Amino acid sequence: MGKVKVHRASTSIDMTPMVDLAFLLVTFFMLTATATPDEPVTVDMPTSVSEIPIPDINVLTISVGKDGKVYFNMDGKYNREALLGKIGERYNIQFTEEETKVFSVLSSTGIPIGQLKQFLSMEREDRSAINQPGIPCDSVNNELKDWIIFSRMTNPKLRIAVKGDSEANYPVIKTVIKTLIDNKVFRFNLITNMEKGV
Amino acid sequence: MAEISQGGGKKDSKVRSKKTSTKIDMTPMVDLAFLLLTFFVMTTTLNKPQTMEINMPEEVKEGDIPPPVNEKKVLTIILGDDDKVYWYIGMTDPIVEVTNFSDEGIRKILLKKNAEIDKMVVLIKATDESRYKNMVDILDEMNITNMKRYVLVDITPVDKELIKESNL
Repeated sequence: MGKVKVHRASTSIDMTPMVDLAFLLVTFFMLTATATPDEPVTVDMPTSVSEIPIPDINVLTISVGKDGKVYFNMDGKYNREALLGKIGERYNIQFTEEETKVFSVLSSTGIPIGQLKQFLSMEREDRSAINQPGIPCDSVNNELKDWIIFSRMTNPKLRIAVKGDSEANYPVIKTVIKTLIDNKVFRFNLITNMEKGV
Repeated sequence: MAEISQGGGKKDSKVRSKKTSTKIDMTPMVDLAFLLLTFFVMTTTLNKPQTMEINMPEEVKEGDIPPPVNEKKVLTIILGDDDKVYWYIGMTDPIVEVTNFSDEGIRKILLKKNAEIDKMVVLIKATDESRYKNMVDILDEMNITNMKRYVLVDITPVDKELIKESNL
């Protein structure tokens, strides 16, 4: 009579393939993740069915907050440095190397040019704590116009995108669009979210 | 295990090299890997914002004569407050009606009128009371209904009067 031998399988399993996969995914997500810079304003964008993705580079974003404040942002570290130099020249403000460096890595700004130097020389924490007044863009003092002109001079390939809050009042948007048209920008993009439930 | 075998004490003084297993315990590593994985999966936003391309007409220069348009082919849409949409056809004694942004609202009118009128031109006028959302919505409707000729223009005092009179 042969004894029936119960084969005991080991309880420890080989985890190597699982670990391989896990690290592959970790690497993937780490590389694709883009650190979102802290914006001074949260913009709740309206939805649309449009499916044109926003370009990754060469974008000038004009954000309009809920309260109608206008913020300006342009990508590209070196372009920003050049831009600040040009703005400084136009407004007779000397920016130090340190301030230029700070500006080159900044996200959206809603600081009138007159206060920009002071803003840039602040400590990082103070800068994020400050309540930004928005860029003036009325007909008397249109600084947004200068930002657009000099940005396009530094980077001719620039695409202009308007990122407005759904609750923003139309007159502000109208001023922004008018400023764009005055600067011969007839084609621009409106940033929207994907329509829900489509 | 990591023990230092002391010299004396044991009877056989043969030095035995202990064979450590090549298998290491991977559990903490796996824990960490999955923790990171979960973190990145959660924080990654997959839906990149979309954009809508918009073309504005060049400003009318002095001396430019705008091309004449049959007023019966013009559909004017006025964006009011409270997400209201006023619309009328033509210019002389127009009948102002009000609708909304739902599927049964402005979209239906646009499709119906577009079928009725050949080469219809849509003028979009936003009042100061309207919000940015309304503007995007109406431009979106233009995309959905596949309108070819539409333009965003400033509101005129006449239009404001019309809305007031209509009392809708």
